[in-house]
Amino acid sequence: MKAIVDGQKCTVCGVCSDACPMGAIALRENQVEISDDCSLCGICVDTCEFGALSLPEVGHGPSEDLGSYRGVWVYAEWREGKVHGVSHELLSAGRILADKRGVELGAVLLGSGLDDQMAGELISYGAEVVYVVDAPELAHFTDERYSKCIVELVNRKRPEIVLAGATSMGRSFIPRVAAGLKTGLTADCTELDIGDEGHLLQTRPAFGGNIMATIICPNRRPQMATVRPKVMKPVRMDGRQGRIERVELPSRCFEARVEVLEVIAEQDQTAKLTEADVIVSGGRGLRSAENFHLIEELAGLMNGAVGASRGAVEEGWMAPSHQVGQTGRTVAPTLYVAVGISGAVQHLVGMQGSQVIVAVNKDASAPIFDVATYGVVADLFEFLPEFVKRIKRER
Amino acid sequence: MDYFLTEEQKMIQELTEQISREKIRPIRAELDEAEEFPWEIMRYLAQADLFGLYIPEQYGGMGGGIFENCLAVEKLGEACIGIATSFAASGLGAYPILLFGSEEMKQKYLPQIASGKRLAAFGLTEPGAGSDVSGIRTVAVRDGDHYILNGSKQWITNGGESEIYSVLAITDRIKGPRGGSFFVVETGDPGFSFGKKEKKLGIRASTTRELIFQDCRIPADRLIAKEGMGFIIAMKTFDKSRPGIAALGVGLAQGALDVAVEYARKRVQFNKPIISFQAIQHKLADMATKTEASRALLYSIARYMDSDPREVSKVAAMTKVFSGDVAMEVATSAVQVLGGYGYMKDYPVEKMMRDAKILQIYEGTNEIQRNIIGQELNKEYGRLKESFI
Amino acid sequence: MHIVVCIKQVPDTKNVRIDPDTHTLVRQGVESIINPFDMFAVEGALKIKDLNGARVTVMTMGPPQAAEALRETLGLGADDAVLLSDRAFAGSDTWATSTTLSAAIRKMGDVDLILCGKQAVDGDTAQVGPEMAALLDVPYATFVKKIDIEEPGFLKVLRQTDEGSELWKLQLPALLTVIKELGEPRVPSLRHKMRAKKAEIAVWGNAELGLDPNSTGLCGSFTQVVRVFSPQRRTNRIQLEGSIENQAEQLFQYLKKARVPGL
Repeated sequence: MKAIVDGQKCTVCGVCSDACPMGAIALRENQVEISDDCSLCGICVDTCEFGALSLPEVGHGPSEDLGSYRGVWVYAEWREGKVHGVSHELLSAGRILADKRGVELGAVLLGSGLDDQMAGELISYGAEVVYVVDAPELAHFTDERYSKCIVELVNRKRPEIVLAGATSMGRSFIPRVAAGLKTGLTADCTELDIGDEGHLLQTRPAFGGNIMATIICPNRRPQMATVRPKVMKPVRMDGRQGRIERVELPSRCFEARVEVLEVIAEQDQTAKLTEADVIVSGGRGLRSAENFHLIEELAGLMNGAVGASRGAVEEGWMAPSHQVGQTGRTVAPTLYVAVGISGAVQHLVGMQGSQVIVAVNKDASAPIFDVATYGVVADLFEFLPEFVKRIKRER
Repeated sequence: MDYFLTEEQKMIQELTEQISREKIRPIRAELDEAEEFPWEIMRYLAQADLFGLYIPEQYGGMGGGIFENCLAVEKLGEACIGIATSFAASGLGAYPILLFGSEEMKQKYLPQIASGKRLAAFGLTEPGAGSDVSGIRTVAVRDGDHYILNGSKQWITNGGESEIYSVLAITDRIKGPRGGSFFVVETGDPGFSFGKKEKKLGIRASTTRELIFQDCRIPADRLIAKEGMGFIIAMKTFDKSRPGIAALGVGLAQGALDVAVEYARKRVQFNKPIISFQAIQHKLADMATKTEASRALLYSIARYMDSDPREVSKVAAMTKVFSGDVAMEVATSAVQVLGGYGYMKDYPVEKMMRDAKILQIYEGTNEIQRNIIGQELNKEYGRLKESFI
Repeated sequence: MHIVVCIKQVPDTKNVRIDPDTHTLVRQGVESIINPFDMFAVEGALKIKDLNGARVTVMTMGPPQAAEALRETLGLGADDAVLLSDRAFAGSDTWATSTTLSAAIRKMGDVDLILCGKQAVDGDTAQVGPEMAALLDVPYATFVKKIDIEEPGFLKVLRQTDEGSELWKLQLPALLTVIKELGEPRVPSLRHKMRAKKAEIAVWGNAELGLDPNSTGLCGSFTQVVRVFSPQRRTNRIQLEGSIENQAEQLFQYLKKARVPGL
């Protein structure tokens, strides 16, 4: 199977041929020809301004009664008795989707010894119903139990859409839920909408954030997506009414071949990169581990987290848990300050989703400036102390 | 240039190049600065099976020859000859055992050396005996089933890091050159200790230490071959190891050339990259030509030596002297091409220039090499009946 | 113990450039590498082999040229390699990929442990590992940074979470997805490299796996890409100028105006 060319529309302009990462598109007299090297990635489809390219459809038609699935669900994540911010965000996004579809918005809460306060909080962010499964086996997260519970709940209630945060927990067990339900899943979405045919349009970055792809799951239900934290806007609606439904599940849902022996909270709070509003990151330009105190000072002043480039981590100046980029964490804070980081692609893909990016670098041609909102071409050892001084003056 | 390498030889190059690129280049400046022995790299090289390149398969090696070993040393030397020296010095220490050791001795030590589990070292030089080996003062006296060693060795590469030492000591002073013998001494032998670590101009990642023998008692079977074979063993070992020093030189010259050309293409002065100036071009051309000549000489001599010819002293000396001189010259030129930047530690050529100097000094100074070549010429022509005049 | 490591070939982003005008990836001449996270998985498997003894099989799904990636891991010390290659696999989403990979694991039969990188750097989905575990019905742990085998039939793993770490005990057979902290990949060895050069690599397609062609590739996928587009880029970068004091002042004012938190 390979991409489909519409000979009527193709002008043999060659744009798609240049864009194809597999080198699978050859120019022929009347139209382009696609070789067996085609990996069906779909990049060519977008590059063609004449609409001459398309991909064959997935699967072989809707396999069951899709119409019997109704409702939008959000998996509500919590920590130490508090609902995770991403769940607020998802409920607000889910509210919009549910309204577009004219269906109910539900939240799912799993845990042990849960009080109604958290459920109430979920309602105030848009949920009309909160399904609560409360069992001692759910005290600690394990993929096996959590996924079995959700699979069971979905099979009973049949929602059409299930959303979860792309946190370490969501990214870990939601794929197992999708596989258990034999349905599609799109990871790390940054945009959700309902298409003309009523499908969930799931948009996510691909190729390290350099390309955006919109993905649908046309033939299976529920449609499942994980969504990056800090992308959707949480909207609290006080005074909302909703119902709380406590659900008993059969004991097989709580069986597991995994035992949680110990939970070790990270001592170093500054490593909490993915949740920080402000991240100050340092790279090789810092020259030594000691000089990272400059980064720590600025991050501390702004109540932010400390990040590091791969180079700085490889030098041993910072622990790997601080690494931002392809082999580290992908972050999207409100403010990202890159200090002494040249901006290798591996780094850029891990932070270019940030709202405001400040780049401080001696080299004006450093690629980091290509993604910066504000560029400072200066010696960081001169600039940082000056900037810190400026902030302190206001306090 | 294509030197028509075999599949296996290309694989050695590929592998050592990968280690140079990924593991050595990123840390060479740091190790140089800290004068720190490259243990981490030694472990990578051991894991990669490189310590046994020249050791026969029956002793756990790869069964290659001098040429294979040189290919590896050259590629490692492109990144850092301090680190490459630490690697090559283990081979120098192993050769006396490999060439003259008894079967039991080979079975005992060579697999450990081939796997890189233990490093070897070669102990010859003394305060009073450098180029003039007859000045050796370390003595070994037979005592029943043991020998007792007394004396000290100076400037021993890998001293204190290695665990297996091939050491030359005098067993019979009256016999002069025929009174020297080689012994294997191991770290932990009673009476064996190490002196101070030397501070050096270059190859600072390699360790240079004094070996001290104070009534050092070793079993008699640690004697390599027979009493009195010491000087022959030393000469034969050097014949085998000199191409390795030449390989360090070829690698260093190539490494310096790589930096110089890349820099000259990027550095803009008078609105042009400096490589467009003839003054720079000619310098680079000479550097490239001499580097290639030094490589071509090394490869042909190493291959010739692997065919096990009778007389190798002259050619082994030729490749050592030539590539050492070329490396020094090319490294100096590279610093010149980079100008002020070349003199700074921000670029690797200042280190290469400091490192290169040792190539003209250790394992027989280049003056001694020329002596050898000269004496061999004298002998060779003396045997000829034909006249060319 | 039989360990299977699943690897993927991805474009080497080290050499990828972003076109400054169009802000799209310049992919021409980009070489393929083994997904870096998968290299940590290979290293993890080889460490277990070094310590406890194990047979390590490396597996990938891809075009015939993916055999080179497998050979690279054989050079590091993996024992066997399996290439899953079939035109029918093209266009697989994570579900179809997991279906194919897990069919291969079932065919091998005697697998105790499956290791995957936490995600592939080209797709970043992190789904194939957990989905395979579900299809094979084995326990799994994600984002693993340390593996200990103390008791036969069990694993102790330390996994990284957003909040810290967790120590889990899993019953074998199991699947783990791993992160960088598990260990930097080793260098190849000459012996392994020489063996890798000559090694026969098994190639399995739909027929060998006994899979219904409708369950693999695009046919077997649930998700479909309907649109691919370049993200909007900042084109309005503000370059600060003047003295250091001046630049610090300007940046402070800009950030204040942008109402960033923390100021």
